[in-house]
Amino acid sequence: MTPVPAPQLIALDWWALGAVIALSAGAMLLLLLEFVPAKPGSSRAAVLSLLTLAISAAAVFVARDARRSIFDGMFVHDGFTVFFTLLFCAIGAVSVLLSWDYVRRTGIHHAEYYVLLLCATLGMIVMAASNDLITIFVGLELMSLGLYVLVGFRRAHLESNEAALKYFLLGAFASGFLLYGIALLYGATGTTSLTRMAAFLSESPLRGNPMFVAGGLLLLTGFAFKVAAVPFHMWTPDAYDGAPTSVTAFMSAGAKAAGFAALLRVGLTALGGMPAEWGPILSAIAILTMTVGNVTALLQTNLKRMLAYSSIAHAGYILVALVAGGRDGASAALFYLAVYSFMNLGAFGIVTMLGRGREERVLVSDLAGLGFRQPLVGLAMTVFMISLGGIPPTAGFMGKVYVFKVALGAGLVPLVIIGVLNSVVSVFYYLRVTVALYMQEPQGEPTEVSWAAPAVVALLVTLALTLWWGIQAHDLLLEAQRSVMGLL
Amino acid sequence: MLWLIPALPLAAVLLNLLVGGRLGRKGVGWLACGAVGLAFLVALRAVLRLAALPEAQRTVTDTVYTWMRVGDFSADVSFLLDPLSAVMALVVTGVGFLIHVYSTGYMAHDASYRRFFLYLNLFMFAMLTLVMADNFLLMFVGWEGVGLCSYLLIGFWYTRPSAAEAGKKAFIVNRIGDVGFILGMLILFAWGGSLNYARLFAVAPHVFAVGSTVITTATLLLFLGATGKSAQLPLYTWLPDAMEGPTPVSALIHAATMVTAGVYMVARTHVLFQLAPVSLQTVAWIGAATAVFAASIGLAQNDIKRVLAYSTVSQLGYMFMACGVGAFTAGIFHLMTHAFFKALLFLGAGSVIHALSDEQDLRRMGGLAPRLPWTHATMLVATLAIAGIPPFAGFFSKDEILSSAFASGNTAVWILGLAGVVMTAFYMFRLYILAFRGQPRLSHEAEHHLHESPPSMIVPLAVLAALSVLGGLVGPPMQEGGHAFARWLAPVFAGGEHAAAAHHAVPMAVEWGLIALSVVVALAGIGLAFRVYLQDPGAATRLRERLSGLHRTLLHKYWVDELYDATAVRFVHGTARSFWRFWDTKVVDGAVNGVGYVFEGFSAVLRLFQTGFVGTYALFFTLGVAALFLHLLRH
Repeated sequence: MTPVPAPQLIALDWWALGAVIALSAGAMLLLLLEFVPAKPGSSRAAVLSLLTLAISAAAVFVARDARRSIFDGMFVHDGFTVFFTLLFCAIGAVSVLLSWDYVRRTGIHHAEYYVLLLCATLGMIVMAASNDLITIFVGLELMSLGLYVLVGFRRAHLESNEAALKYFLLGAFASGFLLYGIALLYGATGTTSLTRMAAFLSESPLRGNPMFVAGGLLLLTGFAFKVAAVPFHMWTPDAYDGAPTSVTAFMSAGAKAAGFAALLRVGLTALGGMPAEWGPILSAIAILTMTVGNVTALLQTNLKRMLAYSSIAHAGYILVALVAGGRDGASAALFYLAVYSFMNLGAFGIVTMLGRGREERVLVSDLAGLGFRQPLVGLAMTVFMISLGGIPPTAGFMGKVYVFKVALGAGLVPLVIIGVLNSVVSVFYYLRVTVALYMQEPQGEPTEVSWAAPAVVALLVTLALTLWWGIQAHDLLLEAQRSVMGLL
Repeated sequence: MLWLIPALPLAAVLLNLLVGGRLGRKGVGWLACGAVGLAFLVALRAVLRLAALPEAQRTVTDTVYTWMRVGDFSADVSFLLDPLSAVMALVVTGVGFLIHVYSTGYMAHDASYRRFFLYLNLFMFAMLTLVMADNFLLMFVGWEGVGLCSYLLIGFWYTRPSAAEAGKKAFIVNRIGDVGFILGMLILFAWGGSLNYARLFAVAPHVFAVGSTVITTATLLLFLGATGKSAQLPLYTWLPDAMEGPTPVSALIHAATMVTAGVYMVARTHVLFQLAPVSLQTVAWIGAATAVFAASIGLAQNDIKRVLAYSTVSQLGYMFMACGVGAFTAGIFHLMTHAFFKALLFLGAGSVIHALSDEQDLRRMGGLAPRLPWTHATMLVATLAIAGIPPFAGFFSKDEILSSAFASGNTAVWILGLAGVVMTAFYMFRLYILAFRGQPRLSHEAEHHLHESPPSMIVPLAVLAALSVLGGLVGPPMQEGGHAFARWLAPVFAGGEHAAAAHHAVPMAVEWGLIALSVVVALAGIGLAFRVYLQDPGAATRLRERLSGLHRTLLHKYWVDELYDATAVRFVHGTARSFWRFWDTKVVDGAVNGVGYVFEGFSAVLRLFQTGFVGTYALFFTLGVAALFLHLLRH
């Protein structure tokens, strides 16, 4: 009879869990503090959230070179975790800065907003750091539940409610598929641990087992929903459009990155690289995602919806990197995710600053002539648009270069051609924004810009990173390559 | 800390962009001048520390960061300070600072004061990048940057069609040269494997055989770039038109600094040029021909700035001539003294123009000496300097060029140079006499407003005048082991100056003779100018009538502009128009619009799927999963 193993808690490496602990503590502290009435209009919640995110990032940064596997291998602290924890903390911080003034203007200034945002960030980190299907699912639900509520946070607005309900219903639907997939995988391999699954697969000829293959596919479907890949993307425009814009910015960057993080870890760790039979499937999804996203964006007049479709298309480019597979594909995907997160946050960030009075809808034509009246906004928006379109000297260009380069290296010529053609199509609607900014006369009342110091800081940070990684991409790529080193 | 030198003007540009509107005129002026002044001080400190090092170690590089790395190609943003770039950096920041200060007075009443200093500082950044880069690629960044600033500043008064046209012309003509530069650079990289100076020059003698086609082609292409930037035959036509810009711009960009970039580039790459004797010969001949050709045009021009512009083209010719005969030190020496006296000439001309309410025609000046005493005195110094009268700065450098040409055995080149000297002396004193001596021929209005310029303009004139007097003393002739300036540059040009070695082989007596000859020739030109334009008022008219054919040719600048217009410009225009009419509007636009319509059609169809009903969405989700499984079942 084997002895009962001693509890691992004592041997637990606190630094490796620092980020997670800090975020949980911060979120709870924020809730508790609500019992102490703050002055009306106080920025307490936002400041505390920023602080929490900063501590969390610092904790993981301090232990960046450590490698740990804790809770019986369910949670790992490796380069991949560090990369994504830092990315999620940064996305969270930029989102807090963008929300700072926005939530006041739109009358949703409650501490719970920030609590949910922190919880969702925590969920994302757990997704990236989990080495077990169960913890991945816990992280995913933690993130999703936070986001469902955040999307519907403007309780008085019908479209916000509608968006939240649609997102929740379809999210639950997708979670069902995901869980079913996990169950089948467990049935086929007898474990939910990614490492053990990999060990099991390496010794058994089970790869062709229908239960195993079906489980993998259902898992893929669940993640494809979270990253908004076609045809599991239908919720995206409605949810993005109805949500408060600061939430849209947060989820368009964070949720997508988290979905890809989990998919990459499962694919590379458990399945030993993307399974061969996934190749054609991922290719098809990538082509569909790029094409449907870009082509549908063409005719959108609502800026938020246009950016929603654009973010669908970007998932397609990242999928191209996944099809290429291997270490290079993974690092190109990581690079693209980091770059995409900031340029997208910046673009949505500008939308949070626009808003006609308190009304939410911002049309592309509302931007007419804005570039001259508000030079900073014009410049920043132009940079984000050309970066999203993949034009040098911006980060978006370098991202596409790396993705297409690894795809070419893997011999995926048709996929690259389709990707490049899609970039060309996308330039059309991105540049339409620039054309409106600088080459059209404003019709009627000019759009207001709500200046607030935190939003400006967020804008400058995203702008600087978008330009910096466009000129100096090499360092970030090295980081991405180092991060995926431990996975294979 | 080398990066600080170009970074300071760049910081001023950014500050000006961000908060310039709130600084007011004074603040903008202080910011711009302060940044450049500070850059000068930093450069001075760096050069002094460089001088303290032993001679063999006088190369300091400062790598800011690696710009890009693709395969085995890497480009650094990295700055280099060696004796050559030290001279350039000091001249650029020093003269640049004086011209910035001058501009605060000259542009005081201009509506676009802020924009002017924005461009001027941006130019300083680009120019310093050009001269301090440690590789070709970064140099090219500066090279293009100064081109852009030159374009912006020539067309500074863009509402004037002639200014806008001149800006365009400068840009386009420069592009022709730039093509040469790029191609040259690519060849060097393809064969030499690096664009870094030190690495490339180290391998060059092993990779390229002396006189091989590759190195000759590469250097000739580089030189094509130089002829564009430094306004040499046949790409010189843009520089005279560039005088449409504000006068301080003419002084800074189109006389003292940017146009000398070509000379600097040839001197910097002397290792390569020395491997290609044919290229060196070409440089010498183009330089000598330009020197004489431009000087002859300068004889007949009536616009004060145009005379100076042709004079600049001609003087740049001398610098190339020096490089061509292998006397790189002499070329850089002349580059430096020329920066002093030509900047002074332009600023003096600016002071005259300012005083006369924007009158630029020499025929409506005259007798200004007593009314503008400071301007007159400093202009006289500069005129003597450029004419080559000892002990003014121009004498030393020009004499060194001529004796090097003679010593190197290029007698024909030397004779052309000597002919240039007499013409230079003549047209410069023609300018001086028509502007400052004789009877006033001013318009009534100009007479009424006539005033000496403010101190902010006069002080830079005085400083430059002092430099024009003393600047040559660092390089007196006939020093054992070379003069101080040559010894300073020796580590850069070490081993390369075969011509200079030959130079010292010329006996002392011959050298004295050469000096005496060039002074006599210059004096003859001056005497002739005094005779024709001052003592005998009818002489100029008689001369003009007697040589009417020649005069018309010179006045119309040999009809070169017309020739270019009739051939290249018209051909390009015609081709472009036919492309536009047929190819662009019909084929390209048609295709683009057609594709656009098709995709918009798709887009409209795809939108129909987005019904807004959760049920539909879930249906598509399920269909998607079903499709995946179907795919698997089939395999």
